Amino acid sequence: MSAPLSAPNDTKALAVRMTGIDKRFGPVRANRGASLEVRQGEIHALVGENGAGKSTLMKMLAGMFAPDGGTIEVGGRDVTGWSTAQAIGTGVGMVHQHFMLVPTLTVAENVVLGREPVSVATFDAARAIREVESLCEQSGLQVPADRLVADLSVGEAQRVEILKTLYRGARILLLDEPTAVLSPPEVTELWNVLRRVRDGGATIILITHKLDEVMNVTENITVMRQGETVARMATRDTSPEGIAKAMVGRDVDLGVKVAHGGARAMGAPALHVKNLVVRGARVERAVNDVSFAIQPGEILGIAGVEGNGQTELLEALAGLRPAVSGAMSLGGRDITALSVRDRGDAGLSHIPEDRHRRGLILDYTIADNLILGQQHRFTSGAAMDGAAVMAHAQSKIAEYDIRPTDPLLAARTLSGGNQQKIVIAREMSRPFVALLAAQPTRGVDVGAIEFIHGELRKAREAGKAILLVSAELREVLSLSDRIAVMYGGKIVTVLNRADASEEILGPFMTGARREVTA
Amino acid sequence: MNATLKRTIEEAVLPPLVALVVALIVGDLLILAYGQAPSAVWRLLIDGTWGNAYGFGQVLYKATTLTCTGLAVAMSLRAGLFNIGAEGQLAAGGFGAGLAGLALPAGTPAFLAVPICVMAAMLCGGLVGAVPGALRAKFGAHEVIVTIMLNFIVLALLNYFVSAKLHVPETLHTPGVHAGGLPRLSNLIGVFHGSAANWTIVIVALAAVAAWWFLFKTRAGYELRAVGLQPDAAEYAGVNVGITWRNALIVSGALAGLGGINFVLGYKGYYEDGFSGGAGFLGIAVALVGRNHPLGVVIAALFFATLSQGGLAINAMVPKQIVEALQGIVIVAVATSVPEVRRILRNAVSKSGGQH
Repeated sequence: MSAPLSAPNDTKALAVRMTGIDKRFGPVRANRGASLEVRQGEIHALVGENGAGKSTLMKMLAGMFAPDGGTIEVGGRDVTGWSTAQAIGTGVGMVHQHFMLVPTLTVAENVVLGREPVSVATFDAARAIREVESLCEQSGLQVPADRLVADLSVGEAQRVEILKTLYRGARILLLDEPTAVLSPPEVTELWNVLRRVRDGGATIILITHKLDEVMNVTENITVMRQGETVARMATRDTSPEGIAKAMVGRDVDLGVKVAHGGARAMGAPALHVKNLVVRGARVERAVNDVSFAIQPGEILGIAGVEGNGQTELLEALAGLRPAVSGAMSLGGRDITALSVRDRGDAGLSHIPEDRHRRGLILDYTIADNLILGQQHRFTSGAAMDGAAVMAHAQSKIAEYDIRPTDPLLAARTLSGGNQQKIVIAREMSRPFVALLAAQPTRGVDVGAIEFIHGELRKAREAGKAILLVSAELREVLSLSDRIAVMYGGKIVTVLNRADASEEILGPFMTGARREVTA
Repeated sequence: MNATLKRTIEEAVLPPLVALVVALIVGDLLILAYGQAPSAVWRLLIDGTWGNAYGFGQVLYKATTLTCTGLAVAMSLRAGLFNIGAEGQLAAGGFGAGLAGLALPAGTPAFLAVPICVMAAMLCGGLVGAVPGALRAKFGAHEVIVTIMLNFIVLALLNYFVSAKLHVPETLHTPGVHAGGLPRLSNLIGVFHGSAANWTIVIVALAAVAAWWFLFKTRAGYELRAVGLQPDAAEYAGVNVGITWRNALIVSGALAGLGGINFVLGYKGYYEDGFSGGAGFLGIAVALVGRNHPLGVVIAALFFATLSQGGLAINAMVPKQIVEALQGIVIVAVATSVPEVRRILRNAVSKSGGQH
């Protein structure tokens, strides 16, 4: 039912028109005949699963590389294959997912970097601040111009990125997954800013895979799948389900049904943390006196803006970071002093938050990655039992539908969703009592999200205790039986699922509200 | 599977091959600059190395030592460490073998003496490797700095021991070993007569196979490579990264130390100051060209040994320093043709292509 590929009925001039765009990277065809039409002065969403070719398309628009085929027009002029300098000169600016700011410089210095105002061959700092302040005023982006970037919150840093683009005269803004690092109030603020910039006459293209954002702020939507443009729709005529279907090519369960928060048997908790204190890289008490218990068959979700101690909490539980004080027990057994391996053998599974850093050895094969952390179970004497490793790989690849199916391929060559399936398959297939699931669906496509959520629910049904830590509030809300909010290293509240909502959790996540409950 | 094979060829076989071609072309130019015919010089080089039994024996002899130091560097690189101390470890291994051979009474049967001397060589090399290993594991001291410095310390210490305590008057070598000497290959195959090739080659070939088995077939090897690729992921998998680093450098040092028996037990029958002669440092190039794979290391060792021996052969027509220049070119060419570097270059090219 993907919508016919006719342009939405438009009367305004086109700001961007890309037609028949082809782009290859070696054997990979990132774009095949992709097209995009964006009207002047609209907020346009470019959506699609990971690897659908969205970023590639935008990078060509921003001049970062040239297409192999097709044409790019900006404001009616053919600009195919232009350079980044030309793109910036014409008013096309990209706001990157990862901030490119110098933390030791002030906001104003960062904004003007590359186009510094000078007076008599020296940098005119006062003028820079004046110019940036007036830009702030015009655009409604509020950031103190004389503050150091290092002292800014994530949301403020992102505003600086947008200011930087505006300062260079951008009239067409490309934003790549801008909300990935923001808390709910910051997201709301970003939408206000973008609407204001749009009302000032700019055109905005938003790359995202979060469907609620798309519904919230955009006027038109272009959907990409496997390098092609598969649908174009007006936002008011569609629904999240409709977009998801176009993205994946089939019906998708978006998983927003509320978890059954029925009364659980209050027996011995499967995972029990008591007065845990953990030192962070820079903070003395990154985890500050945290206690909680998870029953068998229960998912405890931890909500919170990243960097409030979740990482340190997970690492301490997994045995990767020592606890300063406090105790942890698993199925009644004290594991505080156990090594990573002993905790695993005691029944702790762990889906780490960063699969590229910890969860996978990217240059190892799928087969070797499927035993990572359990390599001591696949040995005969000093040697690895190659036959057992391969048999294990083949059964898990089939069971978890990992693609491609060749167990000897390097994990690096797989898509994000399939890489995460390796991690999930591995951690779910060992005997375990409790599971640490950190950002289990980060950077994976909609189809894989559905699958992973299904696996987590299955594990709960099987009586496992699950600690879910996710930056996606919707994910926490849709899976958890209880929700704890972490702020500043403390658990500031614990709510039953029925009592929680984005509106209720938001103030706790920003520290605006705190009530420490048991 | 086919794609995997293709990738292996592209990433493991192609770079050294390209490097070789580049070296040949530059070599041609250098030879032409000396007013000689490249084809004649190359033929002389091949004749002097693989073309006769003596030359071939010399190539084998030199390749044996280089295989050990190459394996040593490869082992450390697989664990993510850069052992630049193979030179000192090689010397220490030779010294250990020499001492053991001196300490054993004359007439000790070979089946006892040889293993004892080999163990002594590996032990001494391993001890030298244990120092940077332990410092890295315990204090995070960078192994490159420590191994460089340790080279000077070890070589100076050995020089002191030999010149002050153990030397034969008027020389810088120890007396001949009483036991543990290894027969030359020429004893078995007459045509090798005069060349230094000896039974060490069998021991080292076994070591290369063992290194391959260890790296790719054992759990310890699985964990060592994991540490080298992604220490954070290895830690997540329950591997003690510090201990793995320490052990890797001990094994690395032991492999370099093993190379010492080639000269001490197989060739001269005594330890001589300065016998390592840069073979430890050349091991870095051998590991690089061999892409840290034991089989690649063996092939690369043969290649560098051929260049080194061939330099002597062509000295009549062109200066033998030409082969040193070629060594340098091969190293640079391989360094720039490894996949990571190629990727960066390709990006740079596609970017500048987009400017127009």
